[in-house]
Amino acid sequence: MSYSQSPSAVASTTEAPNQPMLDINNLNVYYGESHILRNVDMSVARGKMICLIGRNGVGKTTLLKSVMGLLQPRSGNIVLDGQPINRLSTDRRARLGIGYVPQGREIIPRVTVRENLLLGMESLPKEDRKRATMEEVFDLFPVLKTMLDRMGGDLSGGQQQQLAIARAILSKPKLLVLDEPTEGIQPSIILEIEAAVRRIIEATGISVLLVEQHLHFVRQADWYYAMQKGGIVASGPTEQLSQDVIQEFLAV
Amino acid sequence: MQGVFDVLFNGLSIGAVLLIAALGLAIVFGLMGVINLAHGELMMLGAYTTFIVQNAFKPLGDSPLFSAYIFVALIAAFFVAAGVGLFLERQVVRYLYGRPLETLLATWGVSLILRQFVRSVSWSIAIGLVLFSLLFWGGQWVLKRRLDWNQLKAKALTILLPLSSAIAIIGGVVLNANKALAKPWFSARNIDVTAPSWLRGGVNLGSFQFPVARLFIIGLTILCLLGTYWFLQKSAWGLRIRAVTQNREMSACLGIPTNTVDALTFALGSGLAGVAGCAVTLLGSVGPNLGANYIVDAFMVVVVGGVGKLIGSVVAAIAIGTVTYLLGSGYLPLWMTQLGLTETLQPLFDFFTFFSTTSMAKVMVFALIITFLQIKPAGLFPQKGRTVDA
Repeated sequence: MSYSQSPSAVASTTEAPNQPMLDINNLNVYYGESHILRNVDMSVARGKMICLIGRNGVGKTTLLKSVMGLLQPRSGNIVLDGQPINRLSTDRRARLGIGYVPQGREIIPRVTVRENLLLGMESLPKEDRKRATMEEVFDLFPVLKTMLDRMGGDLSGGQQQQLAIARAILSKPKLLVLDEPTEGIQPSIILEIEAAVRRIIEATGISVLLVEQHLHFVRQADWYYAMQKGGIVASGPTEQLSQDVIQEFLAV
Repeated sequence: MQGVFDVLFNGLSIGAVLLIAALGLAIVFGLMGVINLAHGELMMLGAYTTFIVQNAFKPLGDSPLFSAYIFVALIAAFFVAAGVGLFLERQVVRYLYGRPLETLLATWGVSLILRQFVRSVSWSIAIGLVLFSLLFWGGQWVLKRRLDWNQLKAKALTILLPLSSAIAIIGGVVLNANKALAKPWFSARNIDVTAPSWLRGGVNLGSFQFPVARLFIIGLTILCLLGTYWFLQKSAWGLRIRAVTQNREMSACLGIPTNTVDALTFALGSGLAGVAGCAVTLLGSVGPNLGANYIVDAFMVVVVGGVGKLIGSVVAAIAIGTVTYLLGSGYLPLWMTQLGLTETLQPLFDFFTFFSTTSMAKVMVFALIITFLQIKPAGLFPQKGRTVDA
């Protein structure tokens, strides 16, 4: 696939261009005494889309939660755009430019769609928040514009997923983290979501870290990491994603 | 007809007092899920703040300017209670989120401390406390500027805490030798707040008289209610508060500073308690135990209304107020006599007569609430869908 970085996105990257957007070193995460992530090393290159694959329960979501700061690693480093973020609180990380679309979407249920989108702008600096508009996400997901005054929790699963992505985009993140965005969603909406993510990357040149089981979507990525039993066991460009690897690591 | 009107007005009036006392709790307990047993003491602090403001206005004599003290007192009471609430949240409650039993015990302890504090506070105690705060927090502030603060922290605290308390206690004891400084500000006796002249007396409407103080409390309650509703539904911080109470983790992932939101929410609820404390000074004298008279009623209102729903608290407060007055005022047996039902329904007549005193009416209301909660455990307006996580 081809994508072009917009000039503004290049200009905003202050560090050396070969430095990865996200760098994870030797990460170990425990739930109580059970060792979930074992010495995980991975990185997300600037402007690239990285896909994390693996069967259920190998620690993919745990890894993303550790990046967001929802789980505290016992050891290891997480570096975002040259800045270590291990010790920062979750909300600080979000404000540094991580847009998170969690598994299960986690729409705030008893506030309206409009307010959910406004909450997406929370991590913008104050002066940007005043100028920010929602028009860009209505281009991506026109359906949201028709239900601005509905409660977030009353939307269908597919609409909630679109809202969750829209909400993450409004924070103008450097890194977009998507946790199984197509899980439990009807095929036509899956294609819509895929197309939207591709358009976002083309328009803004942001880096994407994606956890996905849906093969068609996985193929959109530039690079893959495969996880097994809490560790990274294979990685490479997605063109080289062979049938054997797919058989082994995807639940299809 | 006169009777019905009387019941409605007094029911509304009692309901307004209940509601203004419960409004802050509807936020702290209803939205945040924190069982704050010191809520009544925050009211009490609001009442004492009113007393202090009134005394500050005393030199103005009985001029109209003196009558305006109540507005200054309302604002002062809000900020004093909000400040104490903020301190309480930062120093105690936030370490206990998600642990209701510990929160209950800790805030009960705080309520006892606050009660004793207003009984015994004098210049020497106040100076001692200020001294302690300066040494302890000031010392930490100075030390925090050192780069190796994280290694120093444990050691610094073990030295700072006993040292600053020792200096503060010795200082307080020395100052206590001075009679003027040792004299308690309020003592354990009740104090009286004089209502401004325009709040005394009543408004006549036909043969009926409305006490102005009661009307003022009803108006103030409506104002606080609308203000709280507006803040929660329309302001940016209100949206953040609603988001955090509904989904804390995701709110943090969106970049909302959840710590700040918690502190602000708790301070807002506490401030409303302060306003309530200021309002109840119009109803009678004020003592250190004022909070105890209101805390149970306030929790009752929030629970009956349905935790987490402002509208529930409104309906519950008015319903409880009306039922309390209806039973306590003795109107029911009176009406039965007027309708000539006394003979046919003798047992019912005796029953209502028995409960037609203020304290027995309260017993009856409690029994009714317990019965009601057996039928609808989640209250009048139960939260639908995802529940509030503490």
